[in-house]
Amino acid sequence: MSEIPLVSELRAKFGEGIIDVNLEAIDEWVELNPSVLVEVCQFLKEAEGFRFDMCNSITVVDYLETDPKKAAKVDWEPHLEVVYHLSSIATKLTLVLKVKIPRWKNGVEGELPTVPSVAGVWATADWHEREAYDLSGVNFLGHPHLKRILCPDDWEGHPLRKDYEMPLEYHGIRGR
Amino acid sequence: MATSKIDDPRVIEFDVRTDEMLINMGPQHPSTHGVLRLVLRTDGEVVSDVEPHLGYLHRCAEKIGENLTARQWIPYTDRMDYLAAMNMNLGWSLVIEKLLEYDLPERGRHLRVIISEMGRIASHLVAMGTYGLDLGSFTPFLYGFREREKILNLFEEACGARLTYSYLTPGGATADLPVGWTDKCRQFLNQFKEVIPELHTLLTTNSIFVSRTAGIGVMSAKMAVDYGCTGPVLRGSGVYHDLRFHGEERYTEMYEGYVFDVICADPETGKYPESNYEFHGDSLDYPEIPRQAILGDCWHRFYVRMLEVVQSVRLIEQAIEKYEATSGDWGTPIKLVQKLPAKEAYMETEAPRGQMGFYVVGNGDSIPWRVRARSSSFCNLSVTAPLCQGILLADIPAIVGSLDVVMGEIDR
Repeated sequence: MSEIPLVSELRAKFGEGIIDVNLEAIDEWVELNPSVLVEVCQFLKEAEGFRFDMCNSITVVDYLETDPKKAAKVDWEPHLEVVYHLSSIATKLTLVLKVKIPRWKNGVEGELPTVPSVAGVWATADWHEREAYDLSGVNFLGHPHLKRILCPDDWEGHPLRKDYEMPLEYHGIRGR
Repeated sequence: MATSKIDDPRVIEFDVRTDEMLINMGPQHPSTHGVLRLVLRTDGEVVSDVEPHLGYLHRCAEKIGENLTARQWIPYTDRMDYLAAMNMNLGWSLVIEKLLEYDLPERGRHLRVIISEMGRIASHLVAMGTYGLDLGSFTPFLYGFREREKILNLFEEACGARLTYSYLTPGGATADLPVGWTDKCRQFLNQFKEVIPELHTLLTTNSIFVSRTAGIGVMSAKMAVDYGCTGPVLRGSGVYHDLRFHGEERYTEMYEGYVFDVICADPETGKYPESNYEFHGDSLDYPEIPRQAILGDCWHRFYVRMLEVVQSVRLIEQAIEKYEATSGDWGTPIKLVQKLPAKEAYMETEAPRGQMGFYVVGNGDSIPWRVRARSSSFCNLSVTAPLCQGILLADIPAIVGSLDVVMGEIDR
């Protein structure tokens, strides 16, 4: 319940930028417009009383049902969700931020969707964003050196996409 | 030997020049704790830039998690931080319980405290031993492993495995502790308490060790927080934050009613909490902080781990008493094909290496839609690049060792 003043403050400050708020979820989350993401993060980090000084993790969840039978039943359009788990050492609060983006930029398969980078707000976001780029294929705009971190530099595709297919071979090593 | 004068025309003089050089350290270097590769840009002995390359142990744990049920993924959590597999099991179990809104019975709670604190001791003993190894002293490693072996024997008796336990599961544990286990555990603790001062004399106050670690790799509290460092690395910089105290309610209530200290120096006085815990009647004094040590350096990170071992002993002693005093169920594991609700949950626990977080998204099926492991070592390692700028080459193992990373957890 401690998050409620936070939400009203965010709404007052960013208005249209706050798309949705869910306080009933197990971990309360706030959905943002990507355009205000960096400002909101900067605000949350510095605002007295919140001080979200720690970015715990950045995750990308791919919402795509590859099974056509199940796809007919789901109530969402295919999209990606970038989830930021924040916490504060100073105030012991936690918060989840979400940004919804299309699976491909302009609907063109292979063109990575973009989200502004928060590496300038928390240094730890640097590696988290590199991992998210590597495994889920999201282009973080403004990241100092966005390149693969876990997979080799010449790896193709982004393994945590639901429609990813393991390559048949990699430098002569059988894949499947 | 005849020496020629400097103005001798037969002598061609060269300027002694050192060029910048790229040195590859790892992935099979013994002091990189697994398969970490560091590319160092050096100018003579001075390192100007470090770039860690990861991924040599990447086993797609998160992708595998999207194809298995919650209980089937337990063995994969073992293989993340293989030196503290019990704590990894605990983290995953708690997040699934949070998603299912399941409450653990009292006896299971104390069982988990015993097991996870034992895991912490075992992990810190390896951290201590291998740190000595990094800095060129072999003996502490043997002492650390001798004690760890006894913990592994106890774990083996409880669950049958010595390294990858899969013991704690969502819902509780696979079995209760065997009859007579707690007595053996008590025996071990009594014997172990006498060894702790011995370990301190081996490294903590050893003057060679102190000169290799004190004042090296100093990390400010601000930097530690900014880079998402957690666990002993964060507390070594004087940030008072331990999830066992400050974490989510679901986790802190596991430690409700326990008395222990958060090991962290006061940033103003530089003093650690007084040791008011009694060993055999007389209280165990912590070794004094050497003059050269600066808060946030390698020595402090090491020291925090050593003192945490004492706190874990203290916790286990209380937990055994509470465990024996409660009867009833220790918690039945959830069904192998338990359906997960279409919700999501994120939870962090205080693993020996820092805050280990798990994120799970369910979709009504028994197989989670998305699984994510937030690795503590991953964030702790990300600080190496800024920390290693402008230091001497020989200090690299000292700094990387003091972060105590496990590659299995970083690469997942």
